[in-house]
Amino acid sequence: MITAGLDLGSRTIKLVLFDSGVRSSEVIDSGLKPLDRCRRLLGDKQYDKLVVTGYGRDLVAPELSGATISEISAQAAAVRFLYPDAASVIDIGGQDSKVIRLNEKGGVLKFEMNDRCAAGTGKFLEIMARALELTIDEFARTSLEAKRSVTLNSLCTVFAESEVVSLINKGEDAHAIALGLHQSVVTRVSGMARRVGVTGQVIFAGGGAKNACLVRLLEDKLNLKITVPDDPQITAALGAAIIAANGKNQGE
Amino acid sequence: MTLTANEQMWSELGIDLESHGQLMNALGPIYGEIYLSQKNRPQGMGFYDFVVGDIHGIRVKELREHAKDGGKVVATYCVFVPEEFCWAAGAIPVSLCAGTQFSVPVAEEVLPRNTCALIKSSYGFKLGRLCPYVQVSHLIVGETTCDGKKKMFELLAEQQPVYVMEVPNKRSTAGRALWQQEVRDFKAKIEELTGNEITVENLGEAIKKVNARRREFRRLSALRAADPAPISGKDALLATQVSMYDDVERQTQMITALNDELEERVKKGEGVAPKGAKRILISGSPMAIPNWKLHHIVESSGAIIVGEESCTGSRFYNELIPEGIGNLEDMLTALADRYLKTNCACFTPNTERLDDIIKMARDLKADGIIHYNLQFCHTYANEAVQVDRALAEAGIPLLRVETDYSDEDAGQLKTRIDAFLEML
Ligand code: SF4
Ligand code: SF4
Repeated sequence: MITAGLDLGSRTIKLVLFDSGVRSSEVIDSGLKPLDRCRRLLGDKQYDKLVVTGYGRDLVAPELSGATISEISAQAAAVRFLYPDAASVIDIGGQDSKVIRLNEKGGVLKFEMNDRCAAGTGKFLEIMARALELTIDEFARTSLEAKRSVTLNSLCTVFAESEVVSLINKGEDAHAIALGLHQSVVTRVSGMARRVGVTGQVIFAGGGAKNACLVRLLEDKLNLKITVPDDPQITAALGAAIIAANGKNQGE
Repeated sequence: MTLTANEQMWSELGIDLESHGQLMNALGPIYGEIYLSQKNRPQGMGFYDFVVGDIHGIRVKELREHAKDGGKVVATYCVFVPEEFCWAAGAIPVSLCAGTQFSVPVAEEVLPRNTCALIKSSYGFKLGRLCPYVQVSHLIVGETTCDGKKKMFELLAEQQPVYVMEVPNKRSTAGRALWQQEVRDFKAKIEELTGNEITVENLGEAIKKVNARRREFRRLSALRAADPAPISGKDALLATQVSMYDDVERQTQMITALNDELEERVKKGEGVAPKGAKRILISGSPMAIPNWKLHHIVESSGAIIVGEESCTGSRFYNELIPEGIGNLEDMLTALADRYLKTNCACFTPNTERLDDIIKMARDLKADGIIHYNLQFCHTYANEAVQVDRALAEAGIPLLRVETDYSDEDAGQLKTRIDAFLEML
């Protein structure tokens, strides 16, 4: 049986076809008409079941005759599949960040998620990269190369952005600013991680894990070794496909 | 322009007809979507649909009739204010609602933004002249259960008579003595307002009436322990919310009829959700009418809410006042003591609340608890840390959510709630 997992994120849409392993995966931008994009992405692909996750799941699932699952359960399922001994998951997504603790069976034991504000999410980094006139990859690289950091006073996206602008105007080094910004995301996320009580093997899943600076800073801050899957961006979609394979179907 | 009878009445009460019209136009569709779309509702809810359908009409008219004959209307915001005195002295107590985003921007013209939505909503109702219940009341009674409210009442007093009861922070000997005195002073205040004396007889009657309503609510709560649940959490919450401003005897009748119907359902094994649906207990800040947001999200995700450990729930009906006491002094003491048992987060310590939550969860066979916190409500937010610990120890899963009345975070809330339900 082939199952499909679709992750409708705020920035990108991910599709995974699964058949006891990842058969294929694709990532595209969400754009303004995500439903149309999902339809095109699914195209004439052959699959037996579809499960949709991500913040747009309730919007598109009924249109595509799929079931839904929260991103949290989806990440848990994928991480457990990839790393049978994993105990905790960190996911820094476009607009939500989550920390999840798994139980012995791989289910969700406890989780935390950022509240409505963008601090500690990918959105925060995206806006700050723009303020520094860097692409997101350059931004991560810049901060990895930093020798020192400036401490940002504000975790709030709006205020941090003006702080960045005024630091640049004062001639502050872009490397140091970039590192300071990454640190502020990590401060937020590690606060959540402590509340959840991350232990054991920690997997950093989701798109944010592609940012090597975040990985390093999180390891330092939490004093833990963090594992990043080969293709962290597709883990939620993979989890959805796994859940589809394990029996979740439309109407369940 | 010709005004309808209701509009005529509202304009006499000084309501801003235009904004009020917008509020009413918004409420109708929301009610339809949240309430009328439910399947297999108890017939007893018909009364509540009717009440909400004319939410600022019939009841306000009753209150005005009462006032025309010289009767007084006393408005409150909190379950600490003893309604028995009002009934005893021939006044009508109404609990003001403050559960809509609609009145928040109006309030933010004056109040700080980082104030809880309940405070802003209630103040906005007055400032924007949006609420006929505020307009029709002769006295608003506040209390010192939280600092934000306490200060808001001072501002409110610039516009309408306000009387504030001091609720102690500790249930110590001194705290109890203070509260005993506050209750007696409030009695005197109501006597002065109404010109009627509160006696053993009329207070005894009032205690019985309010107790009767509390008993029916306790019965309703017990019926919700059945699986499948005979009534949705949304409907039970609505019945509670409406009871807080409606006539006490009429509510006792309505809830009794509802309970009789639910009892039949339980016998037949009928419910509003399939047997085995996930059962959730809500605990935390009050949900004033028309704040149905969390209940709606949870129940739309397929779970069923089986109880509210809240002021618009158990804290409203839990404790009874002993009946049949033959002298006024002892009655007052017993009454004050009953109210002091309210497990509000304003108390330190407030361990009784933790016990209550666990007991309710067990009695109602809840699979999990959602701790509901109005954003910027510091007492409940901080107490949630202890709730978290106590529930971890009791082995009951907990999800903490912090939100306000706006819809901005509906998507995030839904993700959290879905994940929590999937996890149970
Ligand atoms: S939470 Fe406390 S202050 Fe608020 S209504 Fe309840 S008892 Fe009153
Ligand atoms: S919810 Fe909290 S902050 Fe708001 S009025 Fe009640 S006690 Fe005060």
